[in-house]
Amino acid sequence: MVVFGDVALLIMLAVTGITIIRLQNLFGAVMLAGIYSLLSAGLFVIMDAVDVAFTEAAVGAGISTVLLLGTLSLVGHQEHEPRHRPLLPLFVVALTGAVLIYGTLDIPPFGDPTNPIHHHVADYYLEASYEEMGGIPNVVTSVLASYRGYDTMGETTVIFTAVVGVLLLLARGPRPRRVFRDGRWTTVATDFAAGDGEDESHG
Amino acid sequence: MDDRVILRLGAKILIPFILIFALYVQFHGDYGPGGGFQAGVIFAAGFVLYALVFGLGNAVKVLPHKVVYICSAVGVMLYAGVGFATMARGGLFLDYDVLAHDPHHGQHYGILLVELGVLITVFGVMVAVFYAFAGRRRIDG
Repeated sequence: MVVFGDVALLIMLAVTGITIIRLQNLFGAVMLAGIYSLLSAGLFVIMDAVDVAFTEAAVGAGISTVLLLGTLSLVGHQEHEPRHRPLLPLFVVALTGAVLIYGTLDIPPFGDPTNPIHHHVADYYLEASYEEMGGIPNVVTSVLASYRGYDTMGETTVIFTAVVGVLLLLARGPRPRRVFRDGRWTTVATDFAAGDGEDESHG
Repeated sequence: MDDRVILRLGAKILIPFILIFALYVQFHGDYGPGGGFQAGVIFAAGFVLYALVFGLGNAVKVLPHKVVYICSAVGVMLYAGVGFATMARGGLFLDYDVLAHDPHHGQHYGILLVELGVLITVFGVMVAVFYAFAGRRRIDG
């Protein structure tokens, strides 16, 4: 049953991915990208990674779709015809894919309990975390927030840095009162400066 | 305001449940899947839904730009602040054992506080990024 779910979800993932590539309509592509994320979340659930699935469903299918739709409202809904032949990109993608598939040949079989990944620190976390954390049953939370709390702080900082970058690129602060133009300072007309009332609260 | 009554009514009914569900995910993170990150995204999704249905102007009235910017920073500061608090109490950075007399309680408090920090930052960042995208006009040409 699990194998059937795996195969069905992977086929649907592949179909969705190919359709996204072939679609010229960006609105449809964004919607399919959301469906792609939701299918991935289903795949993660089958692999018993419910925390990851939860994040994928909330971020990939939810917020990302909304943000991409916001981007579409800026750049338009139709993809332009490419001006060059896609032979070189195709070669690069095929080569990278071949290298990745070659790399998977060395990976230990999925779900094998003797895999090295399950015996580095995972044994300790699984055996000791319930006792050490005073009865928190979700090991994922214990690892993320306590054992690996330093890493999670770094991740939170990365998210904060991301918003700083987006705001630097996209957000508009208050319009300048005076601008330096043609070798002298000119005062900008106030009715022009007060164009968009809703953005006034930008710090 | 347009007259899409079903959309507006549906959003009004859904939003409180989305926010409550986010809090459930936050405080149930110790026992089931979920935690600060997921809860922050879901909490932000509630406000994004409000902004999509009722317009950006109304959403900014409920949740001004300054508030989301401050949230984005306060969460990280809360997280790092827990680290400094543990140092001040004689432990290592982010070593929650020293937060209470019983190390188990210390772990509970520590995890609760840093997850709260993650929630606040992720919520602020998601809404701020949405505001940044939705506040732009179409670039022509």
